[in-house]
Amino acid sequence: MNTKTPSKLEKVLAAGHQAVTSECGPPRGSDAKVILHKAQMIKNHVDAINITDNQTSVTRLCSLASCIHLKLAGVEPILQMVTRDRNRIAMQSDILGAASFDIHNMLCLTGDHQSFGDCAQGQNVHDLDSMQLIQMVRHMRDEGKFLGGDEIKRPPKIFVGAAENPFADPFEIRVPRLAKKIACGVEFIQTQCIFNLDKFELWMRLAGDRGLLDQVYILAGMTPLKSAGMAKYMKNRVPGMDVPDEVIKRISGVPKDKQADEGVKICVEAIQRLKEYPGVKGFHIMAIEWEEKVPEIVEQAGLYPRPKVD
Amino acid sequence: MIVAKGKPLEEIIEAVKDCDSILVAGCNECVTVCEAGGSKEVGILASALRLYFLNQGLKTQVGEITLQRQCDREYLIQAREAVEPYKMVISLACGVGCQFMAEEFANKPVQPGVNTMFMGGALERGVWSERCQGCGSCLLARTGGICPVARCAKRVLNGPCGGSSNGKCEISKDVDCAWQLIVNRLKALGRMDDYEQIMPLKDWSSDRAGGPRKVVKEEVRQ
Repeated sequence: MNTKTPSKLEKVLAAGHQAVTSECGPPRGSDAKVILHKAQMIKNHVDAINITDNQTSVTRLCSLASCIHLKLAGVEPILQMVTRDRNRIAMQSDILGAASFDIHNMLCLTGDHQSFGDCAQGQNVHDLDSMQLIQMVRHMRDEGKFLGGDEIKRPPKIFVGAAENPFADPFEIRVPRLAKKIACGVEFIQTQCIFNLDKFELWMRLAGDRGLLDQVYILAGMTPLKSAGMAKYMKNRVPGMDVPDEVIKRISGVPKDKQADEGVKICVEAIQRLKEYPGVKGFHIMAIEWEEKVPEIVEQAGLYPRPKVD
Repeated sequence: MIVAKGKPLEEIIEAVKDCDSILVAGCNECVTVCEAGGSKEVGILASALRLYFLNQGLKTQVGEITLQRQCDREYLIQAREAVEPYKMVISLACGVGCQFMAEEFANKPVQPGVNTMFMGGALERGVWSERCQGCGSCLLARTGGICPVARCAKRVLNGPCGGSSNGKCEISKDVDCAWQLIVNRLKALGRMDDYEQIMPLKDWSSDRAGGPRKVVKEEVRQ
């Protein structure tokens, strides 16, 4: 098994298993028990857990500290880092901070615009973009050097991920964009929530035609819908989200008190279909403020128990 | 050009109300073209101030002048005689002109009468749009002539981000996604292969990040 880092996620993928990751949002306060509680609910059903970085630009307990709490509790964290809030000095420094706690996974993101959050009047940084962040982490890891060229003592050993949205516009550059991220050095991709399976499969097929799927692990992003209202909100209000009308019709077609169950069912069926799709190397389950549903989704999708690697 | 927008009258009044002799100074360049601080706007603001002071029962002197360029010492020196009698100046020039005015008349308070917005141009009468942030190292050759630094809300150099939807930016349906424009343009030029070139980390030291900037052209220096 050929791995470049001690990351458990990398080991699972390199061993040929379909990986399962999930994510938890940190609290709007300093109580670490909140994040640990969420992690405890799902840790036996996933290989690693993303910790979001001030998602939707709403200020929260920081991703790095939350990842450290997880790591100390024996859970494998994936440090999300957005380029919105930090310049290259701060990001290199935080990467070393993560490495000092043997955090071995990162997800490199641009981040939502600050106008969505609680500090709309704040400045954004964007010293780098997400592709340049990928390059920077790989440089620090593989060359063992800072951007400035100086040697890093005990370089970070980080398995480098990024997000991709197969549904954003313009569609014709969605595969070239994946190719660019691969050229930057990305090793795993967690996609945007998939509701339009046909379009996702088209994107996968085009990526496969270019030989990209042998160069990166694609984890399909799955989100269970809680209600018809949530489905409509995601379709109409969340930029870059593609929720087909038939999904909205299906969840709207059941009584309100059964819609959550239907949402889980839709999610499980989607995983079952995509499990068989060539090149899908795992699933990233984003149960937004609904983490308790992750174990049953993983079990019903036939992804439990999780493999033991080491 | 530099695009500016007039400050609200109340804000200007609040800043000048205790002064009994005020000169409203316009500029004949960019702020005239963007209809924020030319002789027309000088006249409108001066009339509004006179009306205010009249209503307050005050005999405040409000004068008017429009310089050829407030960001040019030559014209400021020429205006010295006209400026000196007043105790305060409201500059309707951009932030550059306003500061040159303050530097030239060191003992006179200079109030800005406009907010300086950006470097841009007119899309149509009454609508101006940003095009450049003066980053000091132009990359338009690589992006089909459309600037992601000035026109992407996240200045993403390898875009678009995941928030691009139907050609619009995630921040507003009124804002074009710069990277959609770049892709359209590269396609029209038959240069889509360029899209896959990775834009390296940008050297921001020529941007404002490097501190206040200066351009020196030795061959024309006196």
